[in-house]
Amino acid sequence: MVYENPDGVKIGLEIHVQLNKLNTKLFCGCSTDYHNAEPNTHVCPVCLGLPGSLPVLNRKAVEFALKVGLALNCDIVEQTQFHRKNYYYPDLPKGFQTTQYDFPIAGHGKVIIDGEDGERIIRITRAHMEEDPGKLMHMGSIEKSKGTLINYNRSGMTLIEIVTEPDMRSPKEARRFLDKLRSILEYLDVFNGDLEGAMRVDANVSVMGGDRVEVKNISSHKGVEKAALYEIMRQKNFIRRGDKVVMETRHFDEARGVTLSMRTKEEEHDYRYFPEPDLVPMRVADWVPGVQKTLPELPDAKRDRFMREYRIADMHAKALTSDIKVADFYEHVALRVCPGAAAVWVADILKGELNYRDIGVHAFKVEDMIEIIELVIGNKITERSGVEIIRTILDNGGTPKTIVKEKGLIKVEEDIIIKAVTETLEENPEALQDYLDGKEKSLNFLVGQVMKKTAGRSDAKTTRKMLLERINKLPQK
Amino acid sequence: MITKEEVEHMGWLARIEIHESEAQAYAKKLSSVLDYFSQLAEVDTENVSPTYHVADIVNVFREDVVRPSMPQEEVLANTEKKQEGNFLAPRIM
Repeated sequence: MVYENPDGVKIGLEIHVQLNKLNTKLFCGCSTDYHNAEPNTHVCPVCLGLPGSLPVLNRKAVEFALKVGLALNCDIVEQTQFHRKNYYYPDLPKGFQTTQYDFPIAGHGKVIIDGEDGERIIRITRAHMEEDPGKLMHMGSIEKSKGTLINYNRSGMTLIEIVTEPDMRSPKEARRFLDKLRSILEYLDVFNGDLEGAMRVDANVSVMGGDRVEVKNISSHKGVEKAALYEIMRQKNFIRRGDKVVMETRHFDEARGVTLSMRTKEEEHDYRYFPEPDLVPMRVADWVPGVQKTLPELPDAKRDRFMREYRIADMHAKALTSDIKVADFYEHVALRVCPGAAAVWVADILKGELNYRDIGVHAFKVEDMIEIIELVIGNKITERSGVEIIRTILDNGGTPKTIVKEKGLIKVEEDIIIKAVTETLEENPEALQDYLDGKEKSLNFLVGQVMKKTAGRSDAKTTRKMLLERINKLPQK
Repeated sequence: MITKEEVEHMGWLARIEIHESEAQAYAKKLSSVLDYFSQLAEVDTENVSPTYHVADIVNVFREDVVRPSMPQEEVLANTEKKQEGNFLAPRIM
């Protein structure tokens, strides 16, 4: 099946990723651990752009940027430097943003995603390093705000801005790309996507060969999908009315799910880019072989290995490798119990329960997962009880052992079932007779009655087997 | 020649209000500065690669080690308007 893309949708993304696993900011020694801190407590003269302060580049930030570039299959530039992008806005008190311009550190890469009709290559135009601006908080709504609070704790954080070609043909593909990108960045251990503001996206959307519209500063993957859906609809309606879509910048109102026009008077040449005289150029292409060696196994490679090594299905392998933490969890479990069963329990059951509660896999212990799978495989508890144990641990804590005991989940011993079978047959002579007369359905009724007596702890298969054994032994009337 | 409109645009970029009465004077002065620098255009730079930095050094780095930040009072010392540890700016669109 080939995806026709009937509306000629083209989406390109610009993603600002905070390399928040660094200890310090891009150009100064201020800590990056500001997320729960008081405002303006993680700043220094460099962050504030005070006169006389001088930036010095963080070596590890460059290494991280190279890792990202290589993981996105990019070429690394021979020599590069930083530029000043001049604009006057209080999120950067210096009056300019230190960024890269004509020589981004990495470019010409690609990422493979699950597209509308199978695997699809999304080309990466460039990836460049820059500093994050401070955070503005408008008091009240943006239209009626009385003032703006400025916190520079974020100012100077290392960003890598990743720009794609307009290769995505639907909002779904845009979201898939972002999911894949996050997955890769977390594998590289340069990025924690759970932190507020860790990834911000601008989406360029066009339909039917029209001009592109840029939707700025969307903070979630779901938001990007929604904003692109809205833009496509808006632009299609525009064209249907005979109007022409004009190139413009819009803002996404997440609460209302709409995009709104943002008047900007600045154009590209107004930024007056020029080389940052306070920083010397860098020549880091010879670091590439060394950095290449530190690259971990990335999601696609891990998926292929899981399928090969653990003989699990493509679907399971994908579900298990999209999040590095889930992949590691699975591998620990799969080494101790049957890998096929482990895939079902981790990918289908545990992941579902975690998603439902919106919590990460760290909330569950590898040892507990192994114990539950062993109990089920060993036929000590039913699968349903296994799920119940997972839910109980997630909601109330505890260990499989104590929960099995407290809830009496161990499958009932045979003699208890035998007793229940005897009682059931004595209490339901009509149903028994119906079955003997050839009414198969009556057996199901009897199985249900036995299970009711054992409070659902015996499974249907065993109960049925034991009932039939008993009935066959009955003296012929 | 720099126009009055260009002066006003530059003023806007720097968020400086320029009165109409001043714009003409600035246009003239800025034009003369540009004329002066245009002498550089006479130099033949056909086979000269651009200078990105005057010092002929590359790769100056620091290690990723945390150094103390400033106390909040000191950070806010240069502002008159603050609120709950933040700088307080006028409403920004």
